[in-house]
Amino acid sequence: MNMAGVEAPSLRAYVANAPAARFIWDRAAAARFTDLDRGTSLGGRLADLAGRSVLVATASQLTTALALIELDGRARRLVILPPDVEADHLGAVMAAAEIDAVVTDGGARQHAAFELPVRVSCAPSIAPRDETPPAAVRTEWVLLTSGTTGVPKMVVHDLAGLTAAIINRSAAGGAAIWGTFYDIRRYGGLQIFLRAILGGASLVLSSAGEPVADHLARLAQHGVTHLSGTPSHWRRALMIPAIRTIAPRYVRLSGEIADQAILDALRAVFPQPAIGHAYASTEAGVAFAVDDGLAGFPTAFAETIRGGVEMKIVDGSLRIRSPGTASRYVGNGQTLADADGFVDTGDIVERRGDRYYFAGRKGGIINIGGLKVHPEEIEAVINRHPQVRMSLVRPKRSPITGSIVVADVVLKSQGEGVSSGQTAVKDDILKLCRAALPRHKVPAAISFVPSLPVAATGKLARRLG
Amino acid sequence: MSVKLTILKQMEQVAQEHGRILAPLNDELVLANCGLDSLGFAVLVARLEDTLGVDPFTAAEDGFFPVTLGEFVKVYEHGRR
Repeated sequence: MNMAGVEAPSLRAYVANAPAARFIWDRAAAARFTDLDRGTSLGGRLADLAGRSVLVATASQLTTALALIELDGRARRLVILPPDVEADHLGAVMAAAEIDAVVTDGGARQHAAFELPVRVSCAPSIAPRDETPPAAVRTEWVLLTSGTTGVPKMVVHDLAGLTAAIINRSAAGGAAIWGTFYDIRRYGGLQIFLRAILGGASLVLSSAGEPVADHLARLAQHGVTHLSGTPSHWRRALMIPAIRTIAPRYVRLSGEIADQAILDALRAVFPQPAIGHAYASTEAGVAFAVDDGLAGFPTAFAETIRGGVEMKIVDGSLRIRSPGTASRYVGNGQTLADADGFVDTGDIVERRGDRYYFAGRKGGIINIGGLKVHPEEIEAVINRHPQVRMSLVRPKRSPITGSIVVADVVLKSQGEGVSSGQTAVKDDILKLCRAALPRHKVPAAISFVPSLPVAATGKLARRLG
Repeated sequence: MSVKLTILKQMEQVAQEHGRILAPLNDELVLANCGLDSLGFAVLVARLEDTLGVDPFTAAEDGFFPVTLGEFVKVYEHGRR
């Protein structure tokens, strides 16, 4: 099945000749996507998009899914726009990716930059189609990273790479119902979408602004068998009574460090199902899945080539080379891999016994429920306060979001001890942060300290989170 | 101040800072419906660790997650002993 070259199967090949109807559901609609074999969600305008670099700027995940199935193997390039990309960055993204067509869905998502001559609307339903499909091409898939600051990086994959880790490709697997707390427009969610399509399954997606309890109720109603999310997603779901109404056969975590506490908490609620945590990144691809219910991963994983995936650890940081590794970035001229083709994930691992454990991010990037934060950006805001000499923003472990940020602050004048003046300064700093930063970057707590450790390099000594 | 009152006051504070409206607080209230989102909840738990000196979530060995506000308060009352 895994043929190289132009003849590699497109997503539509996995939809064709399906033995049974399969669906993608969101809160508002049910799309029988197996009808895309002989139907269209794009108003029959596939020919207008063929060979183009297409921005998929749909508001809903459901229309995104349908557009991807229809366009793979026809568009030259598919750039999938995640829901949270800042409007300021749209122009740069579209220019670098040479976008010459846009797919929208008439939903809440509107922007002047989408007003291109070739603009096609995607419906959450499938109409019969009589057009002959345009000539097949090998489509470039471009995913945006959840950037910390600046223009998001655009990472180039192809379908063979994106699906390299998916072993189960049985079209007869019809009984499986995948569900995900992720958004399929990010790498982690896209993996689940592809697993459902290739594995002969149906898929339950969330809708924008849908309460988790409602989403869980729908997952139960559709009889979800495979469910995936980040540890933060799962911690949130575990606090909702409706979690006990679902009975998945497989529970999957990825996107953040899965600690023993969340694995045990899931085991307590789901005694029977397989519980696995996977490791992947947008650039490196899916590296491995751990199924023994324990945090970290066996050192043996790093010592042998498994499923074509090779690992090495350089300066504590995990590097990966695999068939799922992205080929390059669009536009920014940066190299994605080292000279040997290994991607530096920036995730620091520590060996204890016969296991590696994740110890935080190289360069101190903090992961708050899947959103990445540079501490320097927050320190810069705090340091604007006239009474602040220096500050150190650091992660604090959170059972809810994995991490949150807290700040240690050195004031210019101190020695008066704790005073009501300090409380006022603290409020002032928080006010400054709230005005300048999104909510997840505002420190949950500020402590005044007499000094901060500075390393030999002259930089603040940052501890690994 | 009692543990419960500390928690309720802090919930109001966090809700205000995050521009959220709290549901009427009572023991039966399901936490997921209290009006705080994940981030708000994470901030609340971090602040409570500072004021009450316990993080009952991390300390819990049986992976217990409280569902109602009453259970949430109880976790702190027990954790403090």
